[in-house]
Amino acid sequence: MASELTQRIQRNPQYQDLTKKRDTLGWSLTILVLIAYYGFILVIAFDKSLFATPIAPGMAVTWGIPAGFGVILLTVVLTAIYVRIANREYDRAIKEILAKEVQSRKQ
Amino acid sequence: MTQKVPQQERVFKTIGLSAVTLLMAILPELSWAGDVIGETQKQPTNWTAIGMFVVFVGVTLFITKWAASRTRSAADFYTAGGGITGFQNGLAIGGDYMSAASFLGISALVMSSGFDGLIYAIGFQVGWPLITFLLAERLRNLGRFTFADVVAYRLQQVPIRIFAASGTLVVVLFYLIAQMVGAGQLIKLLFGLDYIYAVIIVGALMMTYVLFGGMTATTWVQIIKACMLLGGATFMAFMVMFHYGFSPEKLFSAAVEVKKNSSIMGPGGFVKDPVSAVSLGMALMFGTAGLPHILMRFFTVPDAKEARKSVLWATTWIGYFYVLTFIIGFGAIVFVSANPQFLDEKGALLGGTNMAAVHLANAVGGNAFLGFMSAVAFATILAVVAGLTLSGASAVSHDLYSSAIKKGKATSEDELRVSKITTLFLGIIAIFLGIMAEKVNVAFMVGLAFAIAASANFPALFLSILWKGCTTKGAFIGGFIGLVSALVMTVLSDGVWVKVLHNADNSAPFPYASPAIFSIPLAFLCIWIISLLDRSGQAKKEREAFEDQKVRSETGLGAAKATSH
Repeated sequence: MASELTQRIQRNPQYQDLTKKRDTLGWSLTILVLIAYYGFILVIAFDKSLFATPIAPGMAVTWGIPAGFGVILLTVVLTAIYVRIANREYDRAIKEILAKEVQSRKQ
Repeated sequence: MTQKVPQQERVFKTIGLSAVTLLMAILPELSWAGDVIGETQKQPTNWTAIGMFVVFVGVTLFITKWAASRTRSAADFYTAGGGITGFQNGLAIGGDYMSAASFLGISALVMSSGFDGLIYAIGFQVGWPLITFLLAERLRNLGRFTFADVVAYRLQQVPIRIFAASGTLVVVLFYLIAQMVGAGQLIKLLFGLDYIYAVIIVGALMMTYVLFGGMTATTWVQIIKACMLLGGATFMAFMVMFHYGFSPEKLFSAAVEVKKNSSIMGPGGFVKDPVSAVSLGMALMFGTAGLPHILMRFFTVPDAKEARKSVLWATTWIGYFYVLTFIIGFGAIVFVSANPQFLDEKGALLGGTNMAAVHLANAVGGNAFLGFMSAVAFATILAVVAGLTLSGASAVSHDLYSSAIKKGKATSEDELRVSKITTLFLGIIAIFLGIMAEKVNVAFMVGLAFAIAASANFPALFLSILWKGCTTKGAFIGGFIGLVSALVMTVLSDGVWVKVLHNADNSAPFPYASPAIFSIPLAFLCIWIISLLDRSGQAKKEREAFEDQKVRSETGLGAAKATSH
């Protein structure tokens, strides 16, 4: 059986809310990265000419360049979003949950 | 200038095999060549580079001495006492990841095939957000020293530790051999030292760092090297962009003009078939999340918050590094590939294709900067092998000795002693295998290390943290199936079957570039089915223990503190 403290924390509505929010955010961002990267790879695998097309007639820069740099930038931006939200909101929520549940056990 | 030319001639004068033969040796395995140094030619001794390297070694040995005074317990050895900040750890993770081979290899790949180099680099980048979103903080909250701590949190110690240590050692050894061979080749090329001495010097220095300074020294060596590498690469990319008024369009069109071919601006031969493309992508993406020496770094920070910051910094630096590498590769097309100063009489690059970035350093910064970048390349290899060795030593001392054999009853002193003995052994094995493998085409090894990390370590780690139903039997058998299947399919693929074992061309039984697309789902499936079928009392207990584990992984309740003395 789960410990009494675990059960208490799991019944805490703030904890339920936190894990739900965090799971939603984490998995949504994960899926975004998967779509971006495997989309990029599949374009290369099935239609190379798409990325070899210049972004404007006569230019050397092709669509592949912004697409590729876009994927790199996306990984950094999404990571930054997650870390910002987690460090600001989630950590505070965790502190409050633990303060409440761990303390009430001692009483 | 009068003094510069003869010196350059001396530096780049080729001896031995013609560069064309070398090209032939390196090019066929293009799919993995981006992270491995192929065979090179010995160059005349380069004193500028050696001087700069000696300074680096002096500074790092001084740090090791300082670190040694702070490395008293096993916890200090594995995690630097847990007092590394997120920013420092981000740089150190970046340092672990940005190997000399990926710097020289990817810039060379960009120089030869343009856009294809970017495809490869992106594969190395995309695993990081996944680590952030799904693993980093849970890892920090559950583990102490190694990723096996996390997998074994609610599962049985002995089998899980044996599995995790195997996964760690196999990944570390293949990665290590690839780096050692790369080191020998690179140093022969840049410094004009014999291959065998180069390998011995790298092995000896790496043992010194790890043996005396543990994680503290390894981390600081890694941080210094990351700063040097990022600084040097930034300067090179800046000089290239400066020349073109910071207009990418001008740089790219100049490159197209030099190559007389606009196909470098789009995908080329890098992706052979869709299955290989996706498979390679999966190996790189999920392999990153299963590399033991990277995962270990999450235990050097005090809490989940710093763990998250670490990955954000690491992701940022690594992404920035690949952008620089891409610019440097294009800079090399313009400034190096058409410059007779850097070419032999047949028009091939002096010293082999991997010299693109090194020649560019000379072109944009002169001989002193060339010496600096050569020293940076050496330092980079040194730091990477030190990180790998530390991870391998921890698997033996913490997972096998302390947890599996002594059932957690080993004293910190004993554990520390075993780690140090293991470090010595690993160092000697690495030197020995590095020398043995001089003539072997090691291009497959980094790919194999990533494939195994993705197919064994990652599925076991992922499911044990996130899936309640995961049991010891499932993780152990499924994990080993992932390990063995990735290994066997790689041996049966072109990279080993033909290139190393010298079977007839096109006779490889496994037709794709990477096993990951099969071996990762296979491992997940096996862990899942075997866990479902596991009706033992032990399995029931393990499932029941999940809720406690989950709460701890989510909240950090009771997580190991910074120093656990």
